[in-house]
Amino acid sequence: MSKMRGRPGWLTGLMLSAVLAVAGLSAAHAGAPKPVIEKAVKGEQCVEDTDYMRRNHMKLLDHHRDKTVIEGVRTKQHSLKGCIDCHASAKTGSVAAAKENFCVSCHTYAAVKIDCFDCHSTKPESSSALHSTTSDAADYRHKLAARTKTGLSVQELVGAPR
Amino acid sequence: MNENQSIDQQSVASPQRRRFVSAASATAAGLAIAPGVMLYEVAHGRPEDQRASSAVRWGMMVDATKCASGCNDCVTACSTENGWTPVAESKHPKQAPQWIRKLELQDPLTQRETNLPMMCQHCAEPPCVDVCPTGASFKRADGIVLVNRHTCIGCRYCMMACPYKARSLVHEHLNDTQKPDVPRGIGCVESCTFCVQKVDRGDGTTACVEACTAAGHNALVFGDLNDPESEISQRLRELPTKQVRADLNLNLGVRYHGI
Amino acid sequence: MASITFREVEGSSLKYWLLFGALGLFVLFGALSWNYMHHHGHVVTGMDNQIVWGLPHVFAVFLIVAASGALNVASIASVFNKPMYKPLAPLSAILALALMLGGLLVLVLDLGRSDRLIVAMTHFNFKSMFTWNVFLYSGFFGLVGVYLWTMLDRNVKSYSKAAGTAAFIWRLVLTTGTGSLFGFLIARELYGTAMLAPMFIVMSFAYGLAIYLMVLAAAYAWTGRPLGDAVMLRLKSLLAVFVAAVLYFVVVYHMTNLYFTKLHSVQAFVLRDGGIFTNLFWVGQILIGCVIPLVILLTGLGRQRSWIMIACALIILGGMAQMYVTIIGAQAYPLDMFPGLMEKSSFFDGEVHSYTPSMPELFLGLGGVAVALLMTTFAIKVLRLLPASLDDATVAKLEH
Repeated sequence: MSKMRGRPGWLTGLMLSAVLAVAGLSAAHAGAPKPVIEKAVKGEQCVEDTDYMRRNHMKLLDHHRDKTVIEGVRTKQHSLKGCIDCHASAKTGSVAAAKENFCVSCHTYAAVKIDCFDCHSTKPESSSALHSTTSDAADYRHKLAARTKTGLSVQELVGAPR
Repeated sequence: MNENQSIDQQSVASPQRRRFVSAASATAAGLAIAPGVMLYEVAHGRPEDQRASSAVRWGMMVDATKCASGCNDCVTACSTENGWTPVAESKHPKQAPQWIRKLELQDPLTQRETNLPMMCQHCAEPPCVDVCPTGASFKRADGIVLVNRHTCIGCRYCMMACPYKARSLVHEHLNDTQKPDVPRGIGCVESCTFCVQKVDRGDGTTACVEACTAAGHNALVFGDLNDPESEISQRLRELPTKQVRADLNLNLGVRYHGI
Repeated sequence: MASITFREVEGSSLKYWLLFGALGLFVLFGALSWNYMHHHGHVVTGMDNQIVWGLPHVFAVFLIVAASGALNVASIASVFNKPMYKPLAPLSAILALALMLGGLLVLVLDLGRSDRLIVAMTHFNFKSMFTWNVFLYSGFFGLVGVYLWTMLDRNVKSYSKAAGTAAFIWRLVLTTGTGSLFGFLIARELYGTAMLAPMFIVMSFAYGLAIYLMVLAAAYAWTGRPLGDAVMLRLKSLLAVFVAAVLYFVVVYHMTNLYFTKLHSVQAFVLRDGGIFTNLFWVGQILIGCVIPLVILLTGLGRQRSWIMIACALIILGGMAQMYVTIIGAQAYPLDMFPGLMEKSSFFDGEVHSYTPSMPELFLGLGGVAVALLMTTFAIKVLRLLPASLDDATVAKLEH
């Protein structure tokens, strides 16, 4: 096949990809909605700077989870439960229930899938320990209260958090 | 002089002694009147920044002679505390996790029945820890055998290896019904944790033991096997106990009396 | 030295595309099954907390064991220096790689958290046979890949013997490891025995060679190349020896178990009372997998190509039955935690556990088989793996 005159093939390809890239990028800038990050319900400020947290919250959580699970260190400062306590939405009571809730909103925008909430509850401690989502738990507590001969309250008996 | 002093001391000591006597009798009365009061082992409330240590070894004693047929208090307490659905309420009973279950044993020769709860035995030499490819199944320094769900890949080899069928796989999405203190999730394997969340915050006991004691059966005792003064150590010295499948030599954290 | 011409397959007939398409369809079904199982969780499968390893593991372990055995022909050529096997070696190596790939895919995709493969490859517990398997399987791909390269590239041909020996030793360790997966488990009565590792090695010889023979015959028949009887007869005699060895190991294993009173009830379960497991053992593993093939291969029937193919197919079916009994049967029998006592509980203690394989599991397993065959088909087509002719005259020249 004879070589075509004029611009070599590779140059055409390069120009074409440059055009497409610019088009793609500008489309992204124009189209994607910014995440709506709900303000935290508790506390004045986060345990670390916002900028630091944006870049490093995953490292903090990664390190802390090993310390908690393997060594049994349960400091609250960099714990996931600590985050959820403050950042749970006032409306849904959760950090991941609705798309504007704290964790989900940014992670959806950044398209970074997290599997924390496959296992972890998205709600802070007090909400489910006392008001159980399952009927059997409430039933059990009443059974226990009826049976016990102590003066301790039901909450203390089942070890609800202080 | 001495006599005066002693009389003085006596008169000074008298209100103190009265206080002492009244306090002592109140305590004795309290202990006598309230058999269902849990004795929190305050000594083992660990500060939150302190690691679990091998100075402590958590264990449980089961008195099968006190375990009643048809009673499920320990199972219900565990499922409530740890957030798993009791098998009777599960849509898929064969795939439902069971961290603890009641075993009914019968001697075919005499028809004599024994009842006991069976859960993870928290072996000192756990076969599940040996076989886990990622090290997710591990033994904590204080003897509690746990699954680190961050590294569990759901291969179920630990379930094949466990001599007590203690482990369960979570077969379906839990849809945010987990307890905040007890993370557990789809595709990962789980088992009894000796209520590690309660132990770490100083409750000194587990949900099943609490429930059994509250109901007055007193078949379960939990405590520190390394502490010779703990209730469990004292009971283990009083009563003869055995390990289930003792021939496997796994040095279990759970000991049974009456099997 | 007689020269053998290796040639890729030129042209693509309609039948080739149909084969490709059919295999591709099964690969697609396998992928869809994995997606379904991963999305909904294992609740959609027949596996539960009693039978934790099911049909996917039967397929996966069978493919992995067969993969290691498929390398045998190449090992006989390079390590044991039998000239007649040398032209058969490249196909043996590629089939080993393909079967291993298919088996591993099924195993990995059945994980409860198959999205965590990176975790499996970065966190190791060196006391676990599974961790060793990660290295053994990766090493297998590397070593057999290098070995194949020494067979195809004239510049490195002199390293063929060294590569072949390394691959041979590696695959023996690998299959020992696969058998030890079960052999190291003290908890279950049918496991926890050193017999399982060598039994798996011998089974790998039989299953691997049976699959190799079928692929060889099919490849030559479908590409119109001549395949002489000399090759077929030599291989079928070897196959008969392997099948006889498998039967020996199975007999010794069960006879030993039967001698221990404490194993009488679990043996009665496998050999007499186990329903589907008993049927699969006697009819599947023993009759179809060993006895009938031996009769075929050792009598006059074995001189006919069609009967050799039937024997190979029966050996493969028997192998699947053996894996089913070994993996699922051992889980179906309850753990004996209180010997001498009858047990009952809400967790199905003390009773035989039932298992019904589900469609997703079946198609995941078949998907693995399809991946292996697809890779083999494609490799034969584009690489110079198959000698242009293996008729008796060409083969005879090799012996001199």
